Order: sequence, then C-alpha cells, then structure tokens
Amino acid sequence: MATQVATGLVDCDIHNTPASEARLRPYLAERWRRHVERFGTRTRHGLATGYPYPKATPGAARVDAWPPDGGPPGSSLQFLREQLLDPLGVAFGILNCLAAGAGQTDPELGAALCRAVNDWQLAEWLEPEPRLRASIVMPYDDGELSAAEIDRLAGVSGFVQALMLVRTLEPIGRRRYWPIFEACERNGLPLGIHFGGYAGHPISSSGWPSFYLEDHTGMAMSFQAQLVSLVFEGVFERFPGLRVVCIEGGVAWLPALAWRMDRVFEELRDEVPELSRRPSEYLREHVWLTTQPVEEPERPEQLLQVFERIGRDRLLFATDYPHWDYDDPARAFPAPLPARMREGVYAGNARALYGLPAGPSSPAGEG
Amino acid sequence: MIDCDLALAAPPVSALRDHLEAYWRDSVRERGIRSLEPSYELPGRAPRRPEPGPGTTLAIVRPLAAIEALHAEDLAAALAGGLNDWLRAEWLDRDPRLRGSITVAPQSVEAAVAEIERLASDRRFVQVLLPLRGLHPLGRRLHWPIYDVCARHALAVAVRPGGNVGSAITPVGWPSHLAEDLAGQSQAYQSQVTSLVLEGALGAHPALRVVLVASGVTWLPSLTWRLDKNWKGVRREVPWVDRPPSEVIRRAMWLTVPPVDAPLDALPELLAHEGMAAMLLRAGGQGPVPDGVNFDANARQAYPRLGH
Repeated sequence: MATQVATGLVDCDIHNTPASEARLRPYLAERWRRHVERFGTRTRHGLATGYPYPKATPGAARVDAWPPDGGPPGSSLQFLREQLLDPLGVAFGILNCLAAGAGQTDPELGAALCRAVNDWQLAEWLEPEPRLRASIVMPYDDGELSAAEIDRLAGVSGFVQALMLVRTLEPIGRRRYWPIFEACERNGLPLGIHFGGYAGHPISSSGWPSFYLEDHTGMAMSFQAQLVSLVFEGVFERFPGLRVVCIEGGVAWLPALAWRMDRVFEELRDEVPELSRRPSEYLREHVWLTTQPVEEPERPEQLLQVFERIGRDRLLFATDYPHWDYDDPARAFPAPLPARMREGVYAGNARALYGLPAGPSSPAGEG
Repeated sequence: MIDCDLALAAPPVSALRDHLEAYWRDSVRERGIRSLEPSYELPGRAPRRPEPGPGTTLAIVRPLAAIEALHAEDLAAALAGGLNDWLRAEWLDRDPRLRGSITVAPQSVEAAVAEIERLASDRRFVQVLLPLRGLHPLGRRLHWPIYDVCARHALAVAVRPGGNVGSAITPVGWPSHLAEDLAGQSQAYQSQVTSLVLEGALGAHPALRVVLVASGVTWLPSLTWRLDKNWKGVRREVPWVDRPPSEVIRRAMWLTVPPVDAPLDALPELLAHEGMAAMLLRAGGQGPVPDGVNFDANARQAYPRLGH
C-alpha cells in the first residue's frame, strides 16, 4: 500500500486522457468534428494509431491502472482519486494531458483539438476536483496559435502552466517559439516541457534507433538539446521572466550539461554576444525539473550531490501516474531525502512555482 | 607518455594525388575537389604540422577529414584510401613514435571493410575512425561487419566528432550556432553509446574496443544511471543485453581527455564514478586532466596493438 511521505504532497505530472475520442467531440467545433471524421488526425510518423516504438506495456501504463469502468488508464477521475490522490495524500496534482492535439501536422486542426482538450479538462477534471490543476495544451510548433490559447485560458482558474512536448519541429530557442515565451511571461505562467512528441526528426543525430528503450533514454538528450537552444539563442535574455519546467526528462544530466555549456561559452562567447551571463547561471535561475524518472546511481549520495548542484529549490516531485515508469514517493529515491530537501521537493517548490496555496487543497479558484 | 589523439588537419586533396588511381586523380582535378575540412570545428583550428609533446613515446595520429560528407561512396572510398596511404608515407614512415588511424568511407560498409582488410597487416594502424554522426546509429546491425573485422585484427574503433550527413545534430532539428553544435556533441555521444550497448554490438564482439574521441566525459555517469534503470524495467525488449549497460560500457569503452567538460574542482568527483579512472585516455593538447589516472596502462588496454 502507498505510504504518505510528506504532508501536502504535490504531484507535478499526472496524465489524464479522454476515455475515447468521442468524449472530446462535444468540445470540438462542428467544422473540426467533420474534419476529424472524414480525414482523421495526422502526426509525423507512419502509424494511424499506435507507436513506431511500441511501449513497454499497453498505453505505457501500469498494469493495475486500468479503471474498473473499462476506460483507458487516466480516464476515470474517480479511479484517480482512489488509486493516487487519496492513498498518497496528494494535496495538489498537475494534469499534463498528452491526448491528440499537440504534434498535428495541420496546426489549425492541432489548435482546435487543443482547445477541445483544455475545455474538457476544465469541465470534467478541474471543476469537480479541487486538488487538481492543469496544463494548457497547445499546438506548440505554431507560436501564434499557441500564444492565443495561453491568453484564452491563463485567467481561468485551475490552469497553472502552458505545456509542450520536448520533440519539437525546431530547437525551441528559435524565433517561431518566441510568441509562446511572451505569452507565458505576460500571463505569469511557467512553460512545461514534457517527455514525448513526434516532430519528424530522429531522436539520435545518426538517425532512428531501433528500440523503445533507446527512445525513452533519448528523451533525456532531447531535453538537453532544448536547454542548449534556449540558452544560446538568448531566450532568457529576451524573456527574463520565463520559467521552464522539464517534465519527465530525468535530472542527473543537468550539472554535466551546465559544465559543458560553460566551457563552450568560454571558447565561443563572441558567437553569442547577446548572452550577458554564463549558461549555468541562466539554467540555475530559469529551469525547474520534475524528478521522475529519477536516475539510479551506484551510490545514493551521488544523487543527493546532483540535487544540491542543480539547486534543491528547483526539483519537483512527480509520479507520472498512470504510466509504467511511475515513481512512488516513498520508493523513488535510492535513499530517503534528507530533511533539508524533503519539504521542498515533495511540496514547497511546486507550491511556490505554481502559486498553489499553502495548507490543504482549496477550490481551484483560489489557486 | 602515450598521446591517444594527435589531431592533424586534413591535407588538401591535391596532396593525395600520388596515392590515388588515375581515374580519381583526374576526377578531383577536373571537378575541383580541393578540401575535406570538416564543418564542425572552428575554421583553421586543427594544426597542419602537429608535433608530439615532450616525453611522448607513442602518438596516435588522427586526420580530420570529412570523408563521410560526400554522398558518392566510390569517391569517398577512393579518398579515404588515398588519405590512409598519404598518412603512411608522410607521417608513419617519418617518425617511429607515430601510430595511425584508418579512415574509412562509412557510406559503404563493404568498402570500409575492404579498406580495413587492405591495411590491417600494417601494425602501425591501431584504430579505425567512425564519425560521431552518420545515417544510422552505430549499434545497428548493418555496421557489424566493420566491428567483425576490427575485432579480428585487434583494431580499436574510434568514434570521433563530426559527420554532418543526414539527421540534425539535435533530436529537435537544426540549431543556429556552433556553440549549440559543440554542446550537442555530448548528446550525440550519449545516443551512440546507448545504441552500441542496446543493439548488442558490444556483447556480440567481446574483443571490440571503442574509444570516444574528444567526447568530453561528464555526461557519462548520468547516462549510465538512466540506462541501468531503463534496462531493469524494459530489458525484455533487448534480451541479448544480459548485464547492466554500465558494465558493458566499462568493459569496452574509453574516452580521451583533454578536453574535460568540467571545471577543475569537479575532476576528483568525476573520478569517484565507478570505473571512470580506468576509462580515460590521454590526448595531447591543452587543458587539465584528472590526477591519479594511469593513462598509459589504460591506452594499452584500449589499443591491443600498442602491446605491453
């Protein structure tokens, strides 16, 4: 049975999904309902449904996460309460919906699907359950459409960040993404970047690997590439209020990446003259990371060393419920977190980042 | 001291003339093929006449030539062959301390294998160069004939920077700056290490040695932690990987320093990672390296042809 490790636990990565495509229909404009019926949806890989790298389990889910009502994992609010929120004592949970919308080849269709997903989240998750907050999903490869969706929902209670997937069409420091950063800054919302996505580029710089295991591991490198782009394109100079949350990318690679970027910067700083500080300083100030899937070093103290180096105020606990690589708060870390980290990682850092109230959950409107 | 990476600027193609067959000699002249200089480095960075540093007993020379960037495999193979013969005549024959790298055209595995076979009897060649970035991840089975022949002839495989031939250097497309490219090389190395281990290329070739040249080293521990964890969870997908990836990596891989992509005060911590001290090779060139590493002993493990 689950053990409660912290009072007021905040879970920064929970996945909700519509039980079926039909459940989104009422939220989709008539023009796009007809479009989806006639043409389907289309991403940049070859399977209409399913994955080019078949997951480790059906739907990449825990085998015990299938709700009794027969829907897919993450589709039942009642089962989410019973399996996650209640037993772990989750005070707040951040929903990151990965349902279709983001990653569509047609950005207009993507925008319509994202609007539908967001309205569905509001009506069926945020309004009935005060412990939940949600990310605004958006057609992130189109900066203008994404900014419009952020502006539409930023004032609606319960939405606490804008969400993109890590595998984008271009490195996200490039100009096409700047309207997203402006909208996040304007509305005071963090930008979450989550594991996954299909933008068409191989996950390795030498083409497509063979295995899901490589795709899963390669996500960590994708996050690294995005931070390199954000820093060297000068995004944090231009958008000093931007806060970026790397969700489900792991954490242990960040100090090494910061060292390497500092070294490169020492050598090539006149190539990027708009940078006024060393790369590691931007990373320390602007980047948060969720812990799952946390790396497992040979010795537990190595992980704590990494945590200290990243900054213990920048780490956010996440379960990734209902996926197979779920991290249990009591068992995720190779050794219990020391007292100086515990409250922040399990609760305080997320409360500060997302502006969540202290103490027990309250209706979403007050968050 | 054994210098495991004495980098050498690619000679102008005109310098290879005497080592090319008539058809290719004519081709490069008629078509104005002049330079094999790679695009991933600062212009003019690599030295034309590098000297082994004081105290160097052996130095492994690595010409920086972007053979892999040419799309015609016959042309690439001809230039690779010419470059190898040039290296023998101009460098290996002139200084007994020097050891050579075999440049191959990875565009054609068949041609690469033939080139390695052609040169293998010259024991001064101690490694085969493969570009960090190619059309397919290095672990994939189409590359295995190269590993077969390297293992058979006790040649190390050296993965070196470069290879801008197909995919973008990042998993999310093309970056704008050289700075991003250099920072991104460490992600490319992580992908190749992952591929070599998980595809079983190292397991299937227990005698194979892989050297990661100028790769930096700080990215390795967090990668092995992640790989071991993922392998525990999903190893049914790769049943031929019968032990934790970190073990496979420690047994079969080495990395050259400098450069070390870490600040000085982090070097001792780096060596605290299991197996790291035995994986580091000394490259010539500027920059600090960790204390307390027996670089020469490591080099003789990585390069069986150096002897003991």
